[in-house]
Amino acid sequence: MISLAHYLIVGAVLFCLSVAGIFINRKNVIVLLMCIELMLLAVNLNFIAFSHFLGNLTGQVFVFFILTVAAAESAIGLAILVVLFRNRSSINVEDLDEMRG
Amino acid sequence: MTDFHLIVPEATLLGLACLVLLVDAFRSPRSTAATFWTAILAGLVVLGQIAAFVPEAPGIGFHGSFRLDVMGAVLKAFCVVLTLFSFFYTREYCEKRKVAMSEFYPLALFATLGMMLLISANSLLTVYLGLELLSLSLYALVAMNRDSAASSEAAMKYFVLGALASGMLLYGISMVYGVTGTIDLPELLTRATAAGDKRILVIFGLVFMVVGISFKLGVVPFHMWVPDVYQGAATPVTLFIGTAPKLAAFAMAVRVLVFGLSGLAAEWQQMLIVLCVLSMGVGNIVAIAQTNFKRMLAYSTIAHMGFLLLGILSANGKGYAASMFYSTVYSLMSMGAFGSIILLANERSESDQLSDLAGLAKRSPWFAFMVLVLVFSLAGVPPFAGFWAKWFVLKEVIAAGYVWLAGLAVFFSLIGGYYYLRVVKLMYFDQPEGRPAITASPDLKLVLSVNSLAVLALGLAPGILMSVCLSAMSYQP
Repeated sequence: MISLAHYLIVGAVLFCLSVAGIFINRKNVIVLLMCIELMLLAVNLNFIAFSHFLGNLTGQVFVFFILTVAAAESAIGLAILVVLFRNRSSINVEDLDEMRG
Repeated sequence: MTDFHLIVPEATLLGLACLVLLVDAFRSPRSTAATFWTAILAGLVVLGQIAAFVPEAPGIGFHGSFRLDVMGAVLKAFCVVLTLFSFFYTREYCEKRKVAMSEFYPLALFATLGMMLLISANSLLTVYLGLELLSLSLYALVAMNRDSAASSEAAMKYFVLGALASGMLLYGISMVYGVTGTIDLPELLTRATAAGDKRILVIFGLVFMVVGISFKLGVVPFHMWVPDVYQGAATPVTLFIGTAPKLAAFAMAVRVLVFGLSGLAAEWQQMLIVLCVLSMGVGNIVAIAQTNFKRMLAYSTIAHMGFLLLGILSANGKGYAASMFYSTVYSLMSMGAFGSIILLANERSESDQLSDLAGLAKRSPWFAFMVLVLVFSLAGVPPFAGFWAKWFVLKEVIAAGYVWLAGLAVFFSLIGGYYYLRVVKLMYFDQPEGRPAITASPDLKLVLSVNSLAVLALGLAPGILMSVCLSAMSYQP
């Protein structure tokens, strides 16, 4: 039988992977956007698992909102990416170093 | 529909922001005046409605997700006023730099809508949605300066770190929801206090939520985005980000930590102490090394946000009121400071280097005096408003028993005094060396003067605003 703890562990692992991805990744901005999506999905998994085991629908409703916002968020993220690429002809994370200090 | 009266200002703002968007799509290509005046009208209508719907007693609606109370009404009114001011600064900037940034107005109105939702949040879902509406608009605003590499870099950094912060906040919310089974803030208050042996899990969730809030406030160690965004964005966008959203972030901290989780005050006080000591230290010390005025103000923001947290961590009504006073006064001061960069800007340059201020007293004595008022106020010199903001917060921190923390705050403020005084030295004791005379429209002169004189007036009579803040915070859950 799969218990709540199993779901939470998977959620936590996915969440840690996505945070690690954001900090370790030095090559490609698109990978950052993917990590952000993964992070939101990890949270969704948490919400749904809690919602199921608590017998409470609030968590599932919350997930609908998160999914919608995530779609808007990636739209904005990709738009910024396009602007970035037009200005610098590169989407390498290491090139994002014009401003320092 | 019985709850509808609670969200009249928000609903109107949504409609009017869409109208502004339409007007902007069909305006004449040469002039942005139509968009500008529609946006001003929208702000004024919403301001009137907020004033007309100030509640006698807190009203809760929409299945407990929305709460209209005096604190909310006051903060919303301040946010709308600050947004209206920022419109005037923006128009002036566009005229000086010969750019058309008419998208600024609808985006700023949508951001204001997000702030208003955030301020009125009564459930964690509303907190999240308000925050995202605000943040998504701000990402787009930062990226608006399409041809600037610095802007798009700043927007990308802001977006990634902001999304990371939202993710952290959501993870915290999911943990708290899992333990208590509710996302309703008043309900959470009773259930989190009575969590028993699961309390440790609520604290685990709380840590993530504090991280999310800290990102939005921009306190150390979650401040990485602040300097880059402030420097990279166009000056009116920086001005906007540095003012009203700070009030919203303050409201968010109060709603989540006080209205939802004050049962865990002992825990979040410890976290906030670390955050505010680091912020005041790093912000004030690193600001000394800056040569870019906007970047210096960004580090000064970080230090000020640390100071603002001092009031919240004293965990009583007077402390929150002191923080609210601080955030309001800070918004006003930083608006003036960024406004002065717009005053200096000309067609050839953004004029955001500290050296651009050199000899301002000879180029324009009146505006040098206005900037002097703002800078002294930011530094906390009496009798300006910034002094009283610090004074009220420190008083509450000492009353709460953290004398050492108050001492540390004063020490860091003294360090901060150095870089503010350097600005005064540049303006009054350096030579202009061929820098152009100040040219500005009567509008900007009026708005900047009103802005600075308001800081001076609040410094001479701080009691009025403080009594408003005290009555706004008089209700305690």
